[in-house]
Amino acid sequence: MVTVTLTVNGQEKTSDCEGRSLLSDFLRDNLNLTGTHVGCDTSQCGACVVHVDGEAVKSCTMFAWEAQGADVATIEGMAEDDGSLGTIQQAFQDHHGLQCGFCTPGMVMSAAALLKKNPDPTEYEIRDYLEGNICRCTGYQNIVHAIQAAAQTMRAAT
Amino acid sequence: MYDFAVERPTNLDDASRLLAKDETQVIAGGQTLIPTMKSRLASPKTLVSLTGIDEIKGVSPSQGSVTIGAATRHVDVANETRTLYPALASLAANIGDPAVRNRGTIGGSLANNDPSACYPAAALAGDAEIKTQERSYSADDFFCGLFETALSEGEFITEIRFPIPDRASYQKFEQPASRFALVGVFVTQKSGQVRVAVTGASEEGVYRWKEAEQALSDDFRREAIADLIVPAEGKIVDIHGSAAYRAHLVKVLTGRAVDSAH
Ligand SMILES: Cc1cc2nc3c(=O)[nH]c(=O)nc-3n(C[C@H](O)[C@H](O)[C@H](O)COP(=O)(O)OP(=O)(O)OC[C@H]3O[C@@H](n4cnc5c(N)ncnc54)[C@H](O)[C@@H]3O)c2cc1C
Ligand code: FES
Ligand code: FES
Repeated sequence: MVTVTLTVNGQEKTSDCEGRSLLSDFLRDNLNLTGTHVGCDTSQCGACVVHVDGEAVKSCTMFAWEAQGADVATIEGMAEDDGSLGTIQQAFQDHHGLQCGFCTPGMVMSAAALLKKNPDPTEYEIRDYLEGNICRCTGYQNIVHAIQAAAQTMRAAT
Repeated sequence: MYDFAVERPTNLDDASRLLAKDETQVIAGGQTLIPTMKSRLASPKTLVSLTGIDEIKGVSPSQGSVTIGAATRHVDVANETRTLYPALASLAANIGDPAVRNRGTIGGSLANNDPSACYPAAALAGDAEIKTQERSYSADDFFCGLFETALSEGEFITEIRFPIPDRASYQKFEQPASRFALVGVFVTQKSGQVRVAVTGASEEGVYRWKEAEQALSDDFRREAIADLIVPAEGKIVDIHGSAAYRAHLVKVLTGRAVDSAH
C-alpha cells in the first residue's frame, strides 16, 4: 500500500492505494472523479488524458504514486466555478465536436494543453497534437473546428 | 498486473543499491513498462523509479558533443537539442504522441531496444556512447538483437553522449496505428565518414547498413546507393508490411535522409 497525496483541480486529496493502481483508477475509484474515461487501457486512445503539473499525460499509463505531490487537472476542473461549461467544452457543444462523448474528456484535456502552449494553432498543428486521441464517432472534422473556435474565443478574451 | 513495492531513490548510489536486489526493475517513463506489466510480460517484485534522480535528467552541450541524462523525457530532448542537433530533436519530437513524449525517456527507449523504436537508430548512426553506473558502451556494442542489450542485471543507463555530426537526418515511415517506425533510417556524416542505422526492418533489431555507409562516404548523394540491393531475407513480416516492402523502404528512406541531411 502507498499513501498518495496530490492536488486535483485545486483541492488537496489523500488516499491509500496499491503500488499498481494507475492514476486513472485512482481518480475514478478513490476520488470518484469518473469524468476521466478509460477506453483502451493500452496507451493508445487518449480518453484518459489528464494534466500532471500542466502537461498532458495518459493517466492509464502512469501509476498513482508517480503523481505524488503533483498538481493534477481533470475534465471536472474544466467547467467554470458556477458549473457552466468552460470555453473549450462549450465550443465542443456548439460545433458538434462530440457524438457519443466517450473520447471527449481526453480530447478537451489535450486541446487545453495545446492551447496553453500554442494559442493560435493551425489545422495541421491541431491534428498533429491530437495524434494520441482517438475518436470512433466524429471523423475529427468538428473536433478541429471546435478547437479552432475555442482558440479564437480565448484569444479574444485576453 | 501483479502488485509490487515502490522505491524512489534521489541519487545514483541509492538506486544502484536498490537494484542489486533480486526481482527488482527500473521504471523511467513507464510508457513501455506499464503496458508490459499489464499484460504480465513483466512482474517485478519491486520497481525502482529513476524519475526522482535529478543528476540523470537534462541536456548538456560540451565541445563537439551533447550529453543527455537517461531520465530525460522525449519532449525535453526535442526542445533542448533543436539547434544543437536538429535530426535528434526531430526524432524525439515525432515519437508517439504528446502525452507519450511527456513521460517517455531516452534511457527507457535505448534499454528496451524495441526493434521498431527510433532512438536506437540515432544512437547507432550517431556513434553514441552509452554510460551506466558501472561502465560505458559504444552503441556498436550495446544493441544485441530484439529487446536485448549489453546491460547486465541491476545495471542502468545514466547518460548518453552524442558526438555532433556535420550533418544528419532521421526519416521515419510511420506505422499509423502504433506510431512507431514501420522502418526508420538515421544517417550521419562526420569528417567525411557516413553511418547509416536502420530500425523497424530487421528481425535482429537495429543494424548498420554498411554497404550504404561505404558508398555514401565516397559520394554523399542519393545516387550513390542507387545500385545497392537490400535483401528481403531476414526482414520483419507482419500485417503492416511484407519483408520485401520493408527492404524497399530501407533504400527509399536512406535516400530521403541523404537528401534532407543538414
Ligand atoms: C502510444 C505509444 C507510441 C509510441 N511511439 C513510439 C515511437 O514512435 N518511437 C519510439 O521509439 N518509441 C515509441 N514509443 C515508446 C516510448 O518511446 C517509450 O517511452 C520508450 O520506449 C520507453 O521509455 P520509458 O521511459 O517510458 O521507459 P519505461 O517504460 O519506464 O521502461 C522501459 C524498459 O526500459 C527499462 N529502463 C528504463 N530506463 C532505464 C535505464 N535508464 N537504464 C536501464 N533500463 C531502463 C525498464 O526497466 C523497462 O524494461 C511509444 C509508446 C507508446 C505508448
Ligand atoms: S485509456 Fe489511456 S490511452 Fe486509452
Ligand atoms: S465522440 Fe464518440 S468516440 Fe469520440
